[in-house]
Amino acid sequence: MGVITLAMLGSLAVLAVAGAVVWGQQADRPDPSAVLRGPTAGHPLGTDRLGRDLLARLLAATWPSLLPAVAATLLGAAAGITLGALTAVVGGRAARLLGALINLLLAFPALLVAMFFAALFGAGAGGAVFALAVACAPGFARITQTLAAQVAGTDFMAAARVLGLRRHRLLLRHVLPHIAEPLMLNTAVAAGSALVALSGLSFLGLGVQPPSYDWGLMLSQGLDRIYTEPLPAVAPGIAIVYATVAFQLLGEMLAGAAVRQARPRPEEEPVAHAARADRPASTDHVLEVEDLRVVLPTADGVVRPVRGVTLTLRRGELVGLVGESGSGKSLAALAVADLLPDDARVTWTTHRFLGADAESLTREQRRRQLATGMALIFQNPASAFNPSLRLGRQMTEAVRAHRGTPRAEAVEQALAQLQRVGLPAGRRLLRSRPFQLSGGQRQRVAIAAASMMRPDLIIADEPTTALDVTVQRQIMDLLRRVRREDATAILFISHDIALVADACDRVLVMYGGTIVENLPARELAAGARHPYTRMLVASVPDLAADRDPPPLTIEGGPPDPCGTAPGCPFHDRCPHRLDRCAVDSPVLSPLRPEHEVACWRPLPAAPLGGARETEEVEK
Amino acid sequence: MSGGGGLTLYEVTVRHQGPFGPITAVDGVSLEVPRGTTVGLVGESGSGKSTLARAIVGLDPPCSGRIAVGGREYGGRREADRRRLGQQVQLVFQDPDTALDPRMTVRQSIAEAAGAFVRLDRRGREQRVGELLELVGLDAGCAGRLPRQLSGGQRQRVAVARAVAVGPAVLIADEVTSALDVSVRAALLAMLRDLQRRMGFAMLFISHDLAAVRQVADAVAVMYLGRIVEAASTESLLRGPRHPYTRTLLSAVPSLHAGRRPAEEPLLAGEVPDPASPPTGCRFHPRCPVGPARHAGRDVCAVRDPQRDAAGKPHRAACHFPYRADDRPPQARRVPPDDDGDRTPRTPGDLPS
Repeated sequence: MGVITLAMLGSLAVLAVAGAVVWGQQADRPDPSAVLRGPTAGHPLGTDRLGRDLLARLLAATWPSLLPAVAATLLGAAAGITLGALTAVVGGRAARLLGALINLLLAFPALLVAMFFAALFGAGAGGAVFALAVACAPGFARITQTLAAQVAGTDFMAAARVLGLRRHRLLLRHVLPHIAEPLMLNTAVAAGSALVALSGLSFLGLGVQPPSYDWGLMLSQGLDRIYTEPLPAVAPGIAIVYATVAFQLLGEMLAGAAVRQARPRPEEEPVAHAARADRPASTDHVLEVEDLRVVLPTADGVVRPVRGVTLTLRRGELVGLVGESGSGKSLAALAVADLLPDDARVTWTTHRFLGADAESLTREQRRRQLATGMALIFQNPASAFNPSLRLGRQMTEAVRAHRGTPRAEAVEQALAQLQRVGLPAGRRLLRSRPFQLSGGQRQRVAIAAASMMRPDLIIADEPTTALDVTVQRQIMDLLRRVRREDATAILFISHDIALVADACDRVLVMYGGTIVENLPARELAAGARHPYTRMLVASVPDLAADRDPPPLTIEGGPPDPCGTAPGCPFHDRCPHRLDRCAVDSPVLSPLRPEHEVACWRPLPAAPLGGARETEEVEK
Repeated sequence: MSGGGGLTLYEVTVRHQGPFGPITAVDGVSLEVPRGTTVGLVGESGSGKSTLARAIVGLDPPCSGRIAVGGREYGGRREADRRRLGQQVQLVFQDPDTALDPRMTVRQSIAEAAGAFVRLDRRGREQRVGELLELVGLDAGCAGRLPRQLSGGQRQRVAVARAVAVGPAVLIADEVTSALDVSVRAALLAMLRDLQRRMGFAMLFISHDLAAVRQVADAVAVMYLGRIVEAASTESLLRGPRHPYTRTLLSAVPSLHAGRRPAEEPLLAGEVPDPASPPTGCRFHPRCPVGPARHAGRDVCAVRDPQRDAAGKPHRAACHFPYRADDRPPQARRVPPDDDGDRTPRTPGDLPS
């Protein structure tokens, strides 16, 4: 399509420039012997009242038809964009006044305004251009105002204001570049409409005046004899449509270029879904996942955020999954819950939930099993609920859909759950909508909703990160209570290592898409054996410890998520690396019962006395 | 005023237009940040600490009270007023992902700030950008990159460089570490302290992370529902908190090294009150563990605001019944590390009456 668009625009440009030069004389040469002729070999479109060749006139009129349209659009766009963008950089009252002005101008129909001003400015090409510019400015102003308002609310604009930058600088440097793409698209489309409108004005006699001519005027003159000779009227019409379509296609092309970002497809990799029936399903295990891998296509290339995660959750176990941003912890959890977008490629060697292999179930069975056996709690309780539905409906819909529980009974269950999470005014709460609750209350409702189905596994993805410390503690207590009372296994994902050590039974430490250590939570502070875990622990500031020395910083950055280099993901930041660390990836293997490490050279067990001493060893 | 080159707030009040009438987000806050020192401002979301920051830099002008830098007030909303204020006070935002213009390179962002008040030629600008990058611990190779090509910690350093480029007398850091991974937080805090030593600005360090505050702040102020409930030197406040709210806040912080805490020990009764209709008297009294809800005869809390009595003391605690400095600190109430927190019974009588 791009080729066609460019070809159409190119032909218009050539005609506009060359038309008047090549055919200009011929177009103006009257021939009294051949007036009002139909199409002949000499005059393919016929001649007009003075015997001038219509084809020559049509081609020569390209410039006088297109130039006013483009000029009117540019003038109107400049005025409208300035007006609209100003709303983002002036003070509150001035912005409101400008907004009101834009709304007022928009209330008048554009074509009527154009005709009014065309009459006011006097008939002629110049008047028509100004009239049209005035008519299309409010539309530009409005769209710019909306776009600029989004930019005005950003932190970087606030920062620029705090710097005391002048208004024109704010406008030119920060507002306009961010809204340029949609405005360019809009301008291209508007140029097409302007051409139609200008031709209309000429057609009505308000535009170009004879002896000048454009397509609109030719259309008007050809219309007088359309019943005898249709071609003199149809040909300028076709020219107008052709040019308008070209402008519209240009707009489409610009829009496409803005939206389209190279989305590489992940290359096909052999699917390793060999269901391993050799190991019997353990009844004690809620979830068993082996060698989970996720490949995601993004704008920057194919990323591999999860690279072989193996984890097992027993019934009633509260397991923490810690890692820094980009370690793949959330994506691993979403992959387990089958919630990744369709273009993600998820592979595993074993995925067994509640004793049933993922491969042995049909898609429908698996969906049902996940819906009834697994529940998720998300980081942001504000967006986890549908804002327009009452909480009662959202809390009860799962049991009603999957268990067929009658409504009244479901409500009773919801009330009991709310009571348990410390929200006694349940009936009133069920009638309220999510925005009427505080963040902590919403997260408690989310926990109540998650335990409605009595799931065997709850995945809680950073459920306390958006909350305050006092509320965070309340939420942790609730999760522990749910775990104890319902024997629900909980996978608690967090970047807060102190919180995980405090609340969980077992901790999985993730780095670079793999689990590097699996150890009991109480040993995290002093008994970690992987160098990364040790450094992570040492980097946590602690209120109970001395102010000096300051917490440790891990030098270097996390591994490249696109990279496919072999070896341990931590090897380039590791102070204890061996030569083989850069070549061979270590596998998570048991050191002793309940403690697994993926490291070729695990650190010696720390001496008694805690992490402060181990930190000294580090240095 | 004795601010020196520092920041002085006197009875600053900020109101927002809420959906059901005005909300007093900051209610008569007085605070002093002397030159070359850091005051940490802690409090939970909704306590008004970010609103206060925006008020100081002129984004949400206060409706009453005085804000002075170096003894001079900076009011007015005209462009010239804003520029005068911008030269004195700068703000570093919480989220480095959105605080930098995604289309400007690091060099452009910093050069824009450096040239905001002084005219710089091409060479001068290049040199200043180099200096600033070095000050915040970034190598010069970063200058040509766009924000999305940097890590979160690097982005926050660029944001700091932009803020200090104008040579402000006061720097306000609004939750600058909360979007960062724990392994890079310490380095950013150390960089801020180092920068302060070199440039001598006063810093208001806003955070809900008490450990981070402890690392950088000389003094700490605790906010609850728009008011400062306790303010003292960092060690004094963290070691011997007097206000019951501060105590609760401290005991809620999970600690890696101090062992597991007892499960389900009640923390705070009830919910955070609606800021549109805050409680009378002491704003903390309906939830207070030593207030009228737990102890008979303490009705004064519901009637009289304890703020006035506390003003002017070195360790000011806006409470009618403050803890004494020698009461056990919250950490002492933790159980030993080898005990399973889930099974440890709660010991009654932890709180002095």
